[in-house]
Amino acid sequence: MKCKTCGQKAVVNMRQHKLALCKEHYLEWIPEQTARFIKKYWMFGPDEKILAAVSGGKDSLSLWDILHRLGYQVDGLYIGLGIDEGIGYSQESQRLTKKFADERGLKLHIVDIQKEYGADIPALEDKSKRGQDKPCSVCGLVKRHEMNRIAHNLGYDVLATGHNLDDEAAVLFGNTLSWSRELLPRQKPVLPAHDGLAKKVKPLCRFYEKEMTAYAMLRGIEYIYEECPYSIGSTSIYYKELLNRLENERPGAKLSFYLKFLDAREKGLFAEQVESSTAPMFNCSKCGQPTKYDGECSFCKLIGIPSDEPSLLA
Amino acid sequence: MSVKIILRNTEYEVKPGMNLLDALRKINILPEGVIATRLGEMILEDEILKDGDVIKLISVISGGNQ
Repeated sequence: MKCKTCGQKAVVNMRQHKLALCKEHYLEWIPEQTARFIKKYWMFGPDEKILAAVSGGKDSLSLWDILHRLGYQVDGLYIGLGIDEGIGYSQESQRLTKKFADERGLKLHIVDIQKEYGADIPALEDKSKRGQDKPCSVCGLVKRHEMNRIAHNLGYDVLATGHNLDDEAAVLFGNTLSWSRELLPRQKPVLPAHDGLAKKVKPLCRFYEKEMTAYAMLRGIEYIYEECPYSIGSTSIYYKELLNRLENERPGAKLSFYLKFLDAREKGLFAEQVESSTAPMFNCSKCGQPTKYDGECSFCKLIGIPSDEPSLLA
Repeated sequence: MSVKIILRNTEYEVKPGMNLLDALRKINILPEGVIATRLGEMILEDEILKDGDVIKLISVISGGNQ
């Protein structure tokens, strides 16, 4: 297969775009397309301060690399979750993230949940009994709270995450299977700032996971290959594999599923629900962050549970 | 006469002479879920596999079966 731009041997073939590219032109194409998506979805401008949430994985490190290459003011935020599971997962992902930042002279903020709150993610999960032996739900809650806290306290305009199209399509697939009136309207490339919540953007939301892996490999980015041990066997991975079977038979099906959803959303398919999801929020009586209900937010309730008194959280 | 294909801790063997896409079909691996490398270089589905080739597959879905 030949590169569409120069005719040299291609290393990436994107059947959904009918486009094959060599290394050189692929590494130019990805930032060009990212810049296009940033503009198209009004994500941020050149003068805004961006905080990229980085995990040591291929997507978030590639995101940081691309935004830096495009000349944006972008710093990184790594949240130390304290997940070990016999492979030192958090330790290794932090080492790789720090190495990435040091090699490029980028500014990295590190928040260690254990040091900050006296318990790591597995310990918080034990206390909460929120995730039926899997800490993913607690982990998501803690990460959302901490990302928002750091973005707000350090004066960042935008919080950027490395979600790719496969992530977005899998979430959309799950929410569609359950016809979630609450979650479907919230899924979009940009979540505007409101009531103390930082603006959130997903600049990689139109790239396939395979494309991001290829980008990381071709750029020589060292990332953590073995992802979070708790994600093995998760529903979202099952949905990704299902969608890949569909993609194999019908190239472009994943992209079309997501883009047609965005289009339907734009045309008002979820207008009624969007209105109710932007209802005014309360401020947590403890940390001050926005919360749906009066009193303490879910995060503060979780942190405040005594370790010898397990309780169920809503 | 064989080509070795490695994905995580599993090794497969296929006959040389077929292209990568046919080889992946033979061992039931979706091309959408992997990137193939030979001697550290990425190769595409139309690449003809030669005797003695060692193809390393990189899973693109973290934590997935592939």
